[in-house]
Formats: sequence, structure tokens, C-alpha cells
Amino acid sequence: MANVATHKEPLVRIAKRDSIPFWKSTIVRLISIVLALIVCGGIIYLLVKVNPLEVYKSMVEGAFGSFSKDYKFFNRRTWITIRDTMMLLCIAVGLAPAFKMRFWNIGAEGQILVGGIATAACMIYLKDLPPVVLFICMVVTSLLAGAIWSFLPALFKAKWNTNETLFTLMMNYVAIQLTSFFVALWENPYGSNTVGVINPTGHEGWFPSVFGQDYLLNVIVVMIVTVGMFIYLKYSKQGYEIAVVGDSENTARYAGINVKKVIIRTMLISGAICGLSGFVAVSGASHTISISTAGGKGFTAIIVAWLAKFNTFTMILISMLLVFLDKGAIEIASKYDLNDYVASMITGIILFFILGSEFFINYRMIFRHKNKEVQ
Amino acid sequence: MKKLFALMLAILMVVSLAACAAPQEATPDQADTSSDFKMGVILIGDENEGYTYAHMQGIQEAAKALGLADDQIIWKYTIPEDETCYDTAADLADQGCNLVVSNSYGHQSHMQLAATEYPDVTFIAMTGDTAKASGLPNFCNAFTAVYESRFVSGVVAGMKIKELVENDKLEDDNFDADGNVKVGYVGAYPYAEVKSGYTAFFLGIKSVYEKVSMSVQFTNSWFDLTKEGETANQLISQGCVIIGQHADSTGAPSAVQAALEAGDTCYSIGYNIDMLEVAPKGALTSATNVWSVYYTEAIGAAMKGETVPTNWAKGYADDAVAITPLGESVAEGTQEKVDETIAAIKNGEIQVFDIDTFTVGGKKVESAFATDTDGDFVPDADEAVFDGYFHESYFQSAPCFALDIDGITLLN
Repeated sequence: MANVATHKEPLVRIAKRDSIPFWKSTIVRLISIVLALIVCGGIIYLLVKVNPLEVYKSMVEGAFGSFSKDYKFFNRRTWITIRDTMMLLCIAVGLAPAFKMRFWNIGAEGQILVGGIATAACMIYLKDLPPVVLFICMVVTSLLAGAIWSFLPALFKAKWNTNETLFTLMMNYVAIQLTSFFVALWENPYGSNTVGVINPTGHEGWFPSVFGQDYLLNVIVVMIVTVGMFIYLKYSKQGYEIAVVGDSENTARYAGINVKKVIIRTMLISGAICGLSGFVAVSGASHTISISTAGGKGFTAIIVAWLAKFNTFTMILISMLLVFLDKGAIEIASKYDLNDYVASMITGIILFFILGSEFFINYRMIFRHKNKEVQ
Repeated sequence: MKKLFALMLAILMVVSLAACAAPQEATPDQADTSSDFKMGVILIGDENEGYTYAHMQGIQEAAKALGLADDQIIWKYTIPEDETCYDTAADLADQGCNLVVSNSYGHQSHMQLAATEYPDVTFIAMTGDTAKASGLPNFCNAFTAVYESRFVSGVVAGMKIKELVENDKLEDDNFDADGNVKVGYVGAYPYAEVKSGYTAFFLGIKSVYEKVSMSVQFTNSWFDLTKEGETANQLISQGCVIIGQHADSTGAPSAVQAALEAGDTCYSIGYNIDMLEVAPKGALTSATNVWSVYYTEAIGAAMKGETVPTNWAKGYADDAVAITPLGESVAEGTQEKVDETIAAIKNGEIQVFDIDTFTVGGKKVESAFATDTDGDFVPDADEAVFDGYFHESYFQSAPCFALDIDGITLLN
């Protein structure tokens, strides 16, 4: 018994899991969300002494509208939540092929902005064209703009093996400056340093309402891209090539895959979709262009893509969760007169728990056995 | 400190909510329209930013005067000048607000869009200028006649220059080639609002001391502490004796204070907030707006169901503008001169943009337009020069005087 102390088994050991059944990982994720809500509730209670249940109710109301007698689910707030979810989803879908290839495309932010600039330019200069032609112009130019923005880092990576993280990041700053330039060029009214609402009377280049819903077309466009990307990644030969290059470039080369070609092709697709999300943002939502058109969504989408393990359908759920949290946090801040730093704090706490849950999905904790084994 | 403030505010709100909930429940059949009244406020910043803080104070004072309860005002902080503003405005209208106010110029077009969709709700875009042209009865603009307080702050500067010259305190580099005393101005953007402001300031100085010239340097930002400080330093090194500003930070007065301590002769005239805290010796005064005057009038009208004026611009006559308390460095007799000037502005004896006091290209200005109707940013309608002066903020509430008068040099 004397040397038991020196060879004492640690209280907890951590071991990598080989695999985890889906139901188990789902439970871990749900528990993490519940825990996050409890912690947030506690913090809010400490700050404002309001019943946390009331606070959660406000969060739901912030995302899906206030519950009253004549409550309709599809009210303005719900639609805005859907709209923003689609925006985030579209970027995440764009990032998915690049990340699956282990190409760290941090440049979604810039790719969205140049796509947005292209769209806004069409709306301003080509507004006299027939709507169908105008829409084709907007889609094509935004796809091209995003593709160009991602082509440069991809080319340098493929040819000279430059660091794509830094390169795409730097391209963001170029895009931000470019946006500032165009905002100054198009500012309206003069002196506001903002572009204002583009075509406020004729609504040229605005997404038309479908079945009376302003944002239904956003859903349709993004869903087409999402399903398309799912099929592309899962069932196409190119999708398989992406997976192989992502796992091991040497294996890919051995298998006769032209790695450089795959890198450039995949990044063109990735950038083009991010550019398209700029089109959805400008034409389908804001009808204006500013630096906040991207507003960090290009970075948030990275979290979405990773958490979803590049499964585009899982991304829908995760984008929706993030947007819900954001809207809920804003509502709490406004309703209980906290400023919006509290909202960011709450979102941060919840994200921390969700990301933390990945640890428990990938690893398992082995506790010290109570019953002593025979030595 | 901020957390404590937020906590106290929150507790106060909960308590007041409980406090006013009880009597309302007790007398449910009392038909008082003002208790149903709700307003939303869309702010570009929060209480940590001087410009927004001034608006918040104005609304809070108005609410107090009108007996508006805390739960009748929904505050939305740090709303950027993009579609977030439209979403927020529409959401506030959905929540039953009768009045929605936004405080930044760039909010305007998004507010206008919301105004077209909610004809029963009144939308006010502060400092905006498109309400009249939009033709929407429920969309309004407002701005104070801040050029009047700019003029008065110019008088304070003029008194100081006069004293410095008379006591022979100035050196050769404080005068330009024509023997004019040099004045510097840190401007934000080369827009009418800024031009109108510095011209009024310059004319204020000239009303006291004629031989001055002014250099204006733009920072291309409304709020940039470092840049404003650097610009002020540049102007001081060129020999400027007075540094005026149309920018929201304390950068310029801080630079003036430092230069003054280092032995330069220079003084600061600020904007929006009292600068004495950062420049106890360097600051003379600041030109400010008294927003509560407008908010009391506009919110009061909206509560009674009356129309809110489409374009509102009032000045000293209604105490809607002011200058902050004078610093210790002002010249002797400044207070008397200031009171005299304010009285003259109130009774119409002094018109800030009197066409006999300035020239453009060496000539007296006989005609100038106030409004731009075709969107090319050059005023083309509404003759503003009549009765011997340019009628600033007469056709629209936002400043529109954009002439480059003689004696003012733009450095960039």
C-alpha cells in the first residue's frame, strides 16, 4: 500500500475517441448549449436581477418577434433572422471547399466586399437595363469579382507556395480600402460618407418579393448553392479530389491528381460563392454598400464551416443558431438597457461552450476506478 | 464604473417599471393618449461618444419635461449607417412606436425608406436634409441654427486676438504677408455643414478684429483624436493664434494646451463639449447645440398627435444653441461683448451672413441658392440672399452656406 501513492492513477485521464455515435454527439452539443444558457442567465441575473427565463423569452422574441395574441411566426423579425442566416450560410458554403482542401481562406470578408461592390456598381450604372439582364449582370460580375479576389492567393500558393492565410487576410484589407473608395465615389447624399439606399424609388436591382415575401428569394438562391455544394463535395470527382488534397498532398500527387490545378480551381469556386454572397447581401438585403456589408461575417462563417465539418446541411443549423444568438443578445441588451457589449459577451460565452463541446466529442474522460484492481 | 452605471440604470428601470405599472393597472379606463405614446431612438454611438451623449441628454431632458416614462422610450445604441438602421426603424414601428428619431446624417435614407412604409409613424432624421424633397408628411429633419453659436464663439476668439495685438504679445510669424493675424481651423469634411460653421466662426472673429486670415485643414473624419491633434499642431507651427474646430474629439484643444505650455501663443475654440477639462488654459469656449429645445417641441407635438415640423432650425432666439462657460484665458470684457452679441442676434440686429461683411472673389455676393434639387450637390433653387443677408437654415434645417469667402484658405 505504501507505494500506491507514488503510482496513483490520476483522477481523470483523457483519451481520444475513435468514433462517437451521432446521438451521443448531439446530446453533448445540446448539453453545451443548455450550460451556456445557464451561465448567461446567471450573468444577466447578476447584472439586472431579472428572471433568466424572462431573458430567454426575450431572446426568442428578439429573433422571432414578440409573442402577443395575434402572433404570426413569419413576421419581420423572423424574416430578418432567416435573411441573416442565409447570408451567413452562403459564405460558409463558399468557404467549405477551401477549408476541406486545408486551404485557409481567411479572405471571405474581402471576397464578399468585392462581390458587393460589383453588385452595387451594376445597380447604380446599369439600372436602366431590363431587370432580367440587370440581374444576370449582377450575378456574373459578383461571381467574377469574388473569383478574382481568391484567384490571386491561390495562384501564388500553387506556384510559389506562399502562405495563403496571410495572403487572403491582406486581400481583405485591400478590399476594405477599395470599398471605402467606392463609398466616397458613390456617397449619397453628399457629405454623408455613406452610399445610402440605392435606387430607393424604382427598386432597380433589388430582389423582387416572391409570394409577397421580400426575403424569400434570398432563401431560394442560397438553398440552390447549398444543395449544389453538398452534391459537388460529396458525389463529384472534383469533390473527391478536394478531400484527397486536403488529407495529404503527397497522396494526391501519387494518385495522379494535379494538386496545383485543384487548388486554383477550388479557390475560384470558393471565392466566387463568397462574391455571390456579396450580391445577396447588397441586392437582397441592404441595398447599399459599406464596409459593414461584410461586417465580420466572413470570419464568423469560418466557425460555421468548421463546426459543421463542411457538411452544408449542418451549416444551416449552425448559422441559424449563431444568428438567433445574435438577435437574441441584441434584444436583451435593448430591453434591459444594457449596452451591446453585453450582447457580444453573451454570444461569446455561448460560442465558447459550443466550441468546448467539440472537445468532449473528440475525447473522452476516463475517471479513476473506484474498485481497486489486484496488484 | 460603466457597469455600475448600467446596473443602476437597469435597477432604476425595473423599479420605475414596477412603479408605473401599478397605477396604470388601477385605472385602466382612464383614456390618456400620452400614456400609449411610445418613441424609439436610433443612435450612432452610445453615452461614451460626445455627439450621441448630447442627443441622449436632450431627449432625457425633454422626456422629463413632458412626463414621459422610461418604458415609453426604446433606445437603440450603436446603430451603423446601413440597412441595420432601416431594420431597426421598421422594428421600432412594429413595436408600436409613434415616433422614431435617428441622430446621424447617414441614417437618413434608411429612415426615409421606413417612413414610406409606415405612414402612421413619424420619423425624424436629425441633421438630415431630404425631408422636404421627399414630400412625405411623416418624415422630418431638424438641426439647430448652430452657425449663430459659431459666430459668438468667433467673437470670443476675436476679443482674444484684439487683446494679444494690443498688448504686443504676437510675433512676426503670427501675421501673414498682409499683416493679418493667422487663425487655424480643424475641419472634418469639406461639406456645407462644415463650411457654414467655419465661415460663421470667421465672420464672428472679424466682427471684433478685422485684420485676420484663416487656414482650414480637413481631417476627413468626424472623430479622430490623433489626426485632429496632429492637424492642430501643424496649424500652430504655421503661426496660427486661434485653433477652431468642427470635429468631435478633444484632439485639437489638447494639442493647443500642450503648445501653450511649451511657450507658443495659441488658444482653442471647441465644438459640442466643454474643452476646459483637457485645456484649462488653452480653451476659450466651445460652440454647442441645446438639443432638448428641439426634442421637447418635437416629442411634445408627436405626443399630442400634432404634426412635427418638416424642417426645424432654431437658434439663440429659442435658446437652442449656446457657448460653453468661458475659460480663464479669455480677454477682459469678453462676457459683456458676448452678451451684447447674443442680444443683437436675438433681436435681428446682427445677421451672421450679412453680405456687407464678406466678399467672394473680391465681389459682394448678390445671389446664392440654398437647395439642391437635381442631386448634383450644387444648390440650384431657393434664392437665399435677400434683405441684405444669406438666409442660412431658412429653406431647410441643415446648413447650406457653401461659398468660399475671401480671407479663408483651404489647405487640402
